[in-house]
Amino acid sequence: MGKIVIDPITRIEGHLKVEAMVEGGEVKEARSSGTLFRGFEIILRGRDPRDANRITQRICGVCPTSHSTAAALCLDSAFGLGGSIPDNGRLIRNLILGAAHIADHILHFYHLTALDYVDVTKVAKYDGNDTTLNSVKDFIERGELGPFVPRYEGDYRFPAEVDQQLVGHYIEALRMRRKAQEMCAIFAGKMPHNMSIVPGGVTEIPTVDKIASFLWRLNELRTFIDNVYLPDVLAAAEFYSDYFEIGAGCRNLLSYGGYELDGKDPDLTRRKRLFKQGTVSAELKLGTLDTGYITEEVKHSWYEDSTSGRKPTQGETMPKEGKSGAYSWIKSPRYDGRVYEVGPLARVMATYLAGDEKVKSIVDPALAKFKAGPEVMFSTLGRHLARAVSCKVVADTMPGWLLELKPGEPVYQEYEIPEESTGMGLVDAARGALGHWIEIKDKRIANYQCVVPSTWNMSPRDDKDQPGPLEQAITGTRIKDEANPFEIVRIVRSFDPCLACAIHVITPKGRILGKYRVS
Amino acid sequence: MANIKTEEYPVIWLQGATCTGCSVSVLNSVSPTIKNVLVDEVIPGKHVNLRFQATVMAGAGELVIKALEETWKAKKGGYVLVMEGAIPTKGDGAYGSIGEDKEGKPVSIDSRVENLGRDALAVIALGTCASFGGIPAAKPNPSECVSVGQLFKSRNVTTPLINVPGCPPHPDWFVGTVASVLLNGLPKEGELDEWSRPRAFYGQLIHENCPRRAYYDEQKFAKKLSDPGCLYELGCKGPVTHADCPLRMWNNGVNWCVACGGLCIGCAAPGFPDLVSPMYAKTADITLPNIGQRVV
Repeated sequence: MGKIVIDPITRIEGHLKVEAMVEGGEVKEARSSGTLFRGFEIILRGRDPRDANRITQRICGVCPTSHSTAAALCLDSAFGLGGSIPDNGRLIRNLILGAAHIADHILHFYHLTALDYVDVTKVAKYDGNDTTLNSVKDFIERGELGPFVPRYEGDYRFPAEVDQQLVGHYIEALRMRRKAQEMCAIFAGKMPHNMSIVPGGVTEIPTVDKIASFLWRLNELRTFIDNVYLPDVLAAAEFYSDYFEIGAGCRNLLSYGGYELDGKDPDLTRRKRLFKQGTVSAELKLGTLDTGYITEEVKHSWYEDSTSGRKPTQGETMPKEGKSGAYSWIKSPRYDGRVYEVGPLARVMATYLAGDEKVKSIVDPALAKFKAGPEVMFSTLGRHLARAVSCKVVADTMPGWLLELKPGEPVYQEYEIPEESTGMGLVDAARGALGHWIEIKDKRIANYQCVVPSTWNMSPRDDKDQPGPLEQAITGTRIKDEANPFEIVRIVRSFDPCLACAIHVITPKGRILGKYRVS
Repeated sequence: MANIKTEEYPVIWLQGATCTGCSVSVLNSVSPTIKNVLVDEVIPGKHVNLRFQATVMAGAGELVIKALEETWKAKKGGYVLVMEGAIPTKGDGAYGSIGEDKEGKPVSIDSRVENLGRDALAVIALGTCASFGGIPAAKPNPSECVSVGQLFKSRNVTTPLINVPGCPPHPDWFVGTVASVLLNGLPKEGELDEWSRPRAFYGQLIHENCPRRAYYDEQKFAKKLSDPGCLYELGCKGPVTHADCPLRMWNNGVNWCVACGGLCIGCAAPGFPDLVSPMYAKTADITLPNIGQRVV
């Protein structure tokens, strides 16, 4: 049996290593490990609870707004503010999160994913008048091709003309994602790492000029999403249609939903949200979310077995490096003891199955192009399509939120920090279900736990030896060329891994399992 | 166009204990755009040749580690190292590694920074983590993170170092620093302050240029977040933080922390976050105004 080791996996957030044991051209076993430890939950202990909103953003500079939103919901509930955030505050939080998700999804498709499918060097043969493409041609002629080369060679399938157009879109998308971050900063203060989202609401006051300035950036982004991003995902699906059958994974999905449409219920799991919360089964059945089913298991992680199977509120981190049978510092979050994938696929499918007309009106025609039903969404391409759908649904909803804003009315609700309390904040981050839990004692953080999307998706085997979602998605894949394992990196990147998030408490290094290496 | 010989400036951009926020911030650069930085001659006749940058580069695995090591050997003394993130030193690389060596053993981040740093023309520590340790080095510093400067001192590396702090740093601070090196060479005497920061960007306190300064002078303080007035009583760290945010503003000039009512948390300050915490409590024991003086 041979082993393919890819370390580092690039074009993701953070430090990830993937190992795949290959026999007869097929992956028999896969393992993912992170290679960096920072220890955020340890750093948070003893600090002022309000600082959690600023510090947890620094878990990840790609998705800080999601952490900030989860932290704000968590602190709202701990401070007894659940249900009493002013509408302006709720709407501006939605707008900040939405802008960040648009930036994030565009970044992911074009700048983190496209180079697995698009061959930049084909621009060398470009003979048109587009100044951008001609500048790329000059760059190629100068001969120093970093950071676009070296790369895996072989399976680039687009005809030159489509390829050249996509390179143009890659560069246009750099401008569009920047514009989305500017739009975000109008209410967030700055990006990355916003200053506006706080427990109690937000700090930025809406004014008509800010609303207009936000709206017209949004209009430009919506034009891009409709005419460039979504069509490009479908173009990729056309030329790489086998990826509707590659990388399916565990076929169980979990969504926390997101974007509060009505913030009045003190229990955040009962608030009406744009994206629905719930579970989705392989048979496409929608289930009700019960956070009591969430546990973290550690049989195959370097932690004391006595801490296995605990709920996040009772979470404890007792490292035991070198534990027999363990191979990762990432814990295994499980729902009702089973393996669940989180991400845009989960929130889009939960919302689709809840009968949401808007989501159906985008997903169904896209799938009809390929004469396929919603079951093909469990795939590498399905994840990319769901991400684009998620992006469009949010972008199309945001103008309504902007117009609901009432300049001059409050954005923020005052509070006292309680001596003792607990709180929970759940939101779908760009990459999926994100949960923050806090315990406050003496007005300080006694315990803070984050269960983040990439911990779900990149998790190792659990107490029942069930491999994690990414491991399942890679296992069984046929690798055409072991020296250029496109299949593995395409599957990995379809999850949009965020390792800084997954390993905020965890992970030293993956162990070496075998000697065979592909160079 | 490409017929005049272009000078190539090889750059290796390593990421340690980071959130990648510095990379994302640099992607937000407006003039030049990030496309201009990557593809075009960012200064006429000069091209930044980004040999290794894990967030954007096409390749993965051994392929890119080979590219990294070839640049290190072939361009010795001629490449610029950009370091993003702090450097974990605990457990001989157990808390942070980048790629593997020929025997398949993970290579620690600290040995990469030491070796690449020693042979670089210059090193830019990008962001507060690389410049001063930042959040990963906050108490109790679980992975024993250090800044580039601290690592270099402990390992006797004397390569010129420029700190560009900020959590994240403004894209102009990074692009401006790079442009200055391309145009004028390494910083001359007096261009960097005692924290090795370019005075051009970090020469003044936030407080000196703050649009809410008049409120401070008139002692009109905001009572709660989202109020008008000076945010000092709510915990603003503008009086102890050196950076030009109020003049430059963020994200194409649309906003910045104090303008959005969110106060300054001192993210570019050497003591961030421990010495500027709690973030939402009034800074104790400083005499104000303290204009033009260093407060550490």
